[in-house]
Amino acid sequence: MAAPGASKPTEAELTEYSVQAQAWFKENTVRDPGFMLPLTFMEVSTDEQFEFLCDWQRKVYEAGYLGASWPKEYGGGGLHPDYQRAATRAMKDHDAPIMINAIGIGWAGPLLLDIGTEEQKQKYIRGMLSAEDIWCQGFSEPEHGSDLGNAQLKAVRDGDEYVLNGSKIWTSLGDRAKYMILLARTSNNEGDSKYAGLSFFLNPMKVPGIETQPIKKLTGEYGFVQCFFTDARIPAEGLMGSEGDGWKIAMKTLEYERGAKVNLAGGYFLKELDVMGIVDVARRSTRGGKPVLDDPIMRDQLVEYMIDIQAQNLNNYRRRMPALVQDRPMGLPLMSKLARTEMIRELTEFSLQFQGAKAGYYVGDDNAVDDGYWHRSYLNSFSATIGGGTSQVQKNIVAEHVLGLPKGR
Amino acid sequence: MDNLGTIGSSEEQVELMDVATSFCRDKSPVEKVRALMEDVRGYDPGVWQEIAELGWLAIAIPEEYEGVGLSLAEVVPIMEQMGRHMLAGPFMATTLTAQALVAGGNEAQKSTWLPKVAGGAIATLALTEKEGDWNLDNVTAQATASGDGYALSGTKQFVTYAQDAELVIASVILDGVVRLALIERSVIADRALRREAIIDETKRSYELTLDEISIGADALMDADTSKAALAHIDLAANLLQSAEMCGGTQAVIDYTLDYLQTRKQFGKVIGEYQALKHPITDAYISYEKARSHMFSAAHSFANQGRGEVATRMAKAAADKAYSHAADRAIQFHGGFGFTHDCDAQLYRRNAIWNASQFGDAAWQRSKLANLLF
Repeated sequence: MAAPGASKPTEAELTEYSVQAQAWFKENTVRDPGFMLPLTFMEVSTDEQFEFLCDWQRKVYEAGYLGASWPKEYGGGGLHPDYQRAATRAMKDHDAPIMINAIGIGWAGPLLLDIGTEEQKQKYIRGMLSAEDIWCQGFSEPEHGSDLGNAQLKAVRDGDEYVLNGSKIWTSLGDRAKYMILLARTSNNEGDSKYAGLSFFLNPMKVPGIETQPIKKLTGEYGFVQCFFTDARIPAEGLMGSEGDGWKIAMKTLEYERGAKVNLAGGYFLKELDVMGIVDVARRSTRGGKPVLDDPIMRDQLVEYMIDIQAQNLNNYRRRMPALVQDRPMGLPLMSKLARTEMIRELTEFSLQFQGAKAGYYVGDDNAVDDGYWHRSYLNSFSATIGGGTSQVQKNIVAEHVLGLPKGR
Repeated sequence: MDNLGTIGSSEEQVELMDVATSFCRDKSPVEKVRALMEDVRGYDPGVWQEIAELGWLAIAIPEEYEGVGLSLAEVVPIMEQMGRHMLAGPFMATTLTAQALVAGGNEAQKSTWLPKVAGGAIATLALTEKEGDWNLDNVTAQATASGDGYALSGTKQFVTYAQDAELVIASVILDGVVRLALIERSVIADRALRREAIIDETKRSYELTLDEISIGADALMDADTSKAALAHIDLAANLLQSAEMCGGTQAVIDYTLDYLQTRKQFGKVIGEYQALKHPITDAYISYEKARSHMFSAAHSFANQGRGEVATRMAKAAADKAYSHAADRAIQFHGGFGFTHDCDAQLYRRNAIWNASQFGDAAWQRSKLANLLF
């Protein structure tokens, strides 16, 4: 049998690879490290969580199951994407923990591979995959959440450096990251559109003048920070493209995040919600002396959610089948974030309804159902319906870019 | 959830999709749809002939009975395009009746009827009775031994296109057991058929009184195969309906988008207002989900167990998407939406019709609950 290569594998080659990957994840996946594992890369709040997840990502990468299809010369495996898909499948099958370096391998990496210089690819890609270099994202500002194009953090060229002043907010892993992809304003000419003055930087975080302050989330946990830039100096070579290209480049990275492009690095950054877990809660919970799962209204609602979840799984298959998406090929990719995150929010909220009076407990009480997992999941679900563009903004995007409706003025 | 099935498509499926897309668009512009609504027969026999010549009626009929030997998965894209363009005619009725024969007919019944149907003979099913029960086993019509054959009694409803059918297959009870009876149109007196006023004006449906009808001894399917055939018809109908409904959903969304992009109020194209923009986007997302389920059901249909789950999910998703999209289409057309001239009502009525036959979304969900939990 030929060694795996960049060409499309035969069924036998792929099967052999899958068997190996399945075996590896079966052997190496740790389900219970003795503390609560984050469900998403936005929920990492303790040192032990952070270190565990970095170690895990490195281990997966070193085994060859992350970045398998990224170019070999930069640290990837150089294989056909079908191999990585099989590896990611194996991760899911074994309910493996998330990949922590979401911004690195999900946003910055694809961007660098797409439009980065040779030097940038050499410098950054390997460390992203191994999780030695954690990345964060600096787009949103306190005054400009949904309206990214209005970002005001200033970057002023001074010799070989840029001097940064301003603030970024909702930065996941901002206090632990080595690099940030940063959207900053390099000019503010009157008459120009707000987008014209934006530039895109690969910004080192460990420099004087950059300070972070943790934000306590609605769950009571941490995970996000606000970043303050006060005369912070960064090397000018961190500029991507030219001054003024920032908006165009930022939109490209959002395409990766919103799932419009295939995530070639592999892995996942959010734990998929296990609907059967919710069914199980319904089975364990009682109301009026009977399992909630016997209640016809609850059953009906659960089936409705199962239909919805299955639809989204099917959408993910169908989007890769050009013949089955002929009329509006961008529809499935552009709706996926909106549909999935809203569904998870509704479903986790629904899971609280099963619990009767016990829905009053929260994380930290021994009587809480599943240690408060469902409450935490519900409250955290807003990170995805708000972060990366709120659902309401996502609806505008689908309406305008897929359905051709006019932009509101 | 992985055991719920996935999506696949065959080459034939994709080819048929392409052909059906242009055929249905060309043969069934909305002016024609509306003209046929006023026509007694309700469809264009010339187009029916062309459909037969294209071989679409033969697709899911085995080769040994002069069919093409493919499956319902390949019929789905055709049904979808027919739904999209509201192409009127007895295609679904005839296809389902052929499926009843494939699943439950004996050799003689199959070799007599399947080649005829494959060639364009119209056939239909007479299953529903006055209770309107979606449980197809709930039958009161009777077959009673009489001479060399059986005398039938009872009344069947929603027998679509019965006026033009050469074969009607009806469910009846013989000795306490449900059987499927093959009735040739020639033994049905015209007075036994009453045209029903139905919600979907693009279709034709009849009430059939069985009381004066006698059939031969060889015209009943066996008890075992009758039961299997009924179960198969139930799922096949829901599969094809989900396709028709997905096509209709796409069309009603496109129809509404046209209006939102051109109609102006308060100095703006109304599609700029998020009060309209967001709900039509919701409708579109729901449509794409339903369509994924449709392809999944087509792909998994032949798979025992998984096929039923996929099919019932597909019908439930299609009903939800279509009913909502068409309901909003009426509302978003404002005053025009309240008129018969606005096409939104055509789709809304079509959605109600399809929900009413073989089980709506809630019925499918209750079946699914028992399959899943």
